[in-house]
Amino acid sequence: MSESDKKKPNRRDFIITATTAAGAVGVGAAAWPLIDQMNPDASVKALASTEVDISGVQSGQSITVLWRGKPVFIKRRTQEEIDSARSVDLKDLKHPEKDEDRAKNPEWLVTLGICTHLGCVPLTDKGDYKGWFCPCHGSHYDTSGRIRKGPAPTNLEIPKYEFVDNNTIKIG
Amino acid sequence: MKNFIKLIIFLVLLTSFSSHKLLAESSQENLKVNWSFKSFFGTFDRASLQRGYQVFNEVCSSCHSIKYLSYRNLTEKGGPEFSEEEAKAIAANFEVTDGPDSTGEMFTRPAKLSDKFVMPYANEEEAKSANGGAYPPDMSVLVKARKDGADYIYSLLLGYEDPPVDIKLDDGVYYNKYMYGNNIKMSAPLFDELVEYSDGTKATTEQMAKDVVSFLMWAAEPHLEQRHKIGFRVIIYLIIISILVYFSMKKIWSRIESEV
Amino acid sequence: MSDHEYVPKSKFGKWFNDRLPLLTLRNHLTDYPTPKNLNYWWTFGAILTFCLVAQIITGIILAMHYVATAGLAFESIEHIMRDVNYGWLIRYFHANGSSMFFLAVYIHIFRSLYYGSHKSPREVIWIIGMIIYFLMMMTAFMGYVLPWGQMSFWAATVITNLFSAVPFFGESITNWLWGGFAVDSPTLTRFYALHYLFPFLILGLVILHIWALHIPGNNNPVGIDIKQPSKDTVPFHPYIVLKDLFALLIFLLIFAFFVFYSPNLLGHPDNYIEANPLVTPDHIVPEWYLLPFYAILRSIPDKLLGVIAMFASIFVLVILPWLDTSKVRSAIFRPIYKQFYWFLVADVIILGYMGAMPAEGTYLLIARVATAYYFIHFLIILPFLGIKEKTLEVPLSITEPVLGGSSNQTMAKDNSNLRDNL
Repeated sequence: MSESDKKKPNRRDFIITATTAAGAVGVGAAAWPLIDQMNPDASVKALASTEVDISGVQSGQSITVLWRGKPVFIKRRTQEEIDSARSVDLKDLKHPEKDEDRAKNPEWLVTLGICTHLGCVPLTDKGDYKGWFCPCHGSHYDTSGRIRKGPAPTNLEIPKYEFVDNNTIKIG
Repeated sequence: MKNFIKLIIFLVLLTSFSSHKLLAESSQENLKVNWSFKSFFGTFDRASLQRGYQVFNEVCSSCHSIKYLSYRNLTEKGGPEFSEEEAKAIAANFEVTDGPDSTGEMFTRPAKLSDKFVMPYANEEEAKSANGGAYPPDMSVLVKARKDGADYIYSLLLGYEDPPVDIKLDDGVYYNKYMYGNNIKMSAPLFDELVEYSDGTKATTEQMAKDVVSFLMWAAEPHLEQRHKIGFRVIIYLIIISILVYFSMKKIWSRIESEV
Repeated sequence: MSDHEYVPKSKFGKWFNDRLPLLTLRNHLTDYPTPKNLNYWWTFGAILTFCLVAQIITGIILAMHYVATAGLAFESIEHIMRDVNYGWLIRYFHANGSSMFFLAVYIHIFRSLYYGSHKSPREVIWIIGMIIYFLMMMTAFMGYVLPWGQMSFWAATVITNLFSAVPFFGESITNWLWGGFAVDSPTLTRFYALHYLFPFLILGLVILHIWALHIPGNNNPVGIDIKQPSKDTVPFHPYIVLKDLFALLIFLLIFAFFVFYSPNLLGHPDNYIEANPLVTPDHIVPEWYLLPFYAILRSIPDKLLGVIAMFASIFVLVILPWLDTSKVRSAIFRPIYKQFYWFLVADVIILGYMGAMPAEGTYLLIARVATAYYFIHFLIILPFLGIKEKTLEVPLSITEPVLGGSSNQTMAKDNSNLRDNL
């Protein structure tokens, strides 16, 4: 017993502390490539933008397109829908945002088609506010894609987009 | 131990003997170029890569595909590093098929940065029938797919000459002293002043061969510069930690050595 | 030093350890008495453990990006090399890792042969080791097929065709292996599945290998049993751990040189040409670590006998503990065995070299002689030598020759004295 106790190091030397520290740094550095490889790769990152032809969309209609693997709703709103979205008092909203800020061109609303609750795709023109309704857990969105009722915490997200010309939207 | 030394000597003799014999079998030793990417800290010469792309684009790409490259690669760090605008302009010169559109039709559009390099032929069969039955190999990893890759391709590009009098060549077959078997179905692709370099470099055959081989080396090994850089750091780190561990070990072992 | 007395200090530790004795296991591993005279050839066990774990980790990562279908495999490798973050690093590490793994395993095996680690009471360790080695070859071979280059494809074709040598059932077996009438997509996909599975079988066997090692304890350079554990051994941690770590770091330096500066040196250029079932490359060679067996296969002019000889060359290793009849373990005390040992090393290197050369003329002749020696060595020389050889006097204990000096130096001096006596 005393024999084996004597053989065990009983104090930490400087060199051993330095080695341990340097070893920890090395292991950390070596771990990074193993972790980073799961991040989006160069080919995925390159597919950043999609151009969508909207010439065929009638007033009141909406289309769903795929951008970076996610659905995007592009809705051409009727005057009635625009009015209803713009007349809401911000105090009534869970996540107050003006419709003017969400839809630069009031006729066109572009939002990610992903419920901010847990990621399901909401149904268009459904729900208590005639906007979108998520069937998974009952979130109701209005005609501006803002959350009005249900468990979702925030409004439908607006992706970065621009009008290339009158008939084309570039998302991303 | 003496046996071991004898054995080593025997093996060295054996190896030198047989490699000598092998060399005699192959036709010609490749020209050696002092490539900028070869050494421990080797990097690519950007200007050479850009010129090399020009040669590839104006000469090689009429028959050879380079299908694993994307136009975005041209802007990436460690490559030719064209600016994004330049690369977009390059891509826009090519037509790619996309679709289907909302009516179900395929359509063509100018290529974008995210597109792969457009291939000269739709498939291998078309490439073969257009080139007298010989398939111009894809160039994405060509340098790695040939022994002594960069030097070999450089040599091949400069290795065209008239066949020796005793050799008769079929139609569409050319004589190249570096090619395996000396017969090649590609006619000499480069000659002086074939392309006009915008940076004023004189477009000699040697210069073009050097530039295009650099470009192909980058195409096959796009992360070469990063690899050399990380490798150097890893090796320095390993040396330092080895020394630290060595002294830690000595320290710990000294506890029992003194006891014995 | 006994495991049974271990009682965790904390109350929770005791509670847990009574239900699952992991703490006892940890205590056993750290205190494991290791002969203090082990030299650096003994560090390859730890290096191999590292190799296996590193191959499994990098392999799982590659599997996240690789596509095991004939039409997409080659492209997915290029995707890994070009687009995946650090994909090139992980793939080059994995590809060169297999070579480094075999380098280490060959040193480990030849260390055993030199110091007699395969002999009683360590036969089971040795046999498990040989099974691991065989599984490693299968795993490496199937891994080599996955990039679906020309060498991948033709290696798969040639190796699976070995089974066509089986009388009557040959064709049924090959078609069963291929899932078709030639190597094709189904073959690739099943190789991929097995390439993923086998390393875990190896891992299980490695645990058994270490378990079996911890029953009799390590052999050591003088090859004698431990007489006084308190004098002859040191606890595994920290003494051996640090020594293994140092050796591993030196090993990693060589490894890093390959990965970062010559990543394709050990590969073959033809494997960067996508598989083409219509064209066979001019020279087909397996990876360097399989070359000796390939040479044995080709040196026999009969198809079936060649295949049998190749498998026999591995099987003969399995029964080695009973072929080597000498009671003395370490070659240090076996002057004649030591000579033949180096002959065997030379023989295997020559076989490897011949495996890379075309099977014709002088090469074939040398390969045949080397093949013959390989079997003669194990089947005739070793059994005979055990009976006839006059061995040198073996010390009484590990510490005995150490008296009056530091162990390593005395051992070295001791060694050279013996050599001069030869």
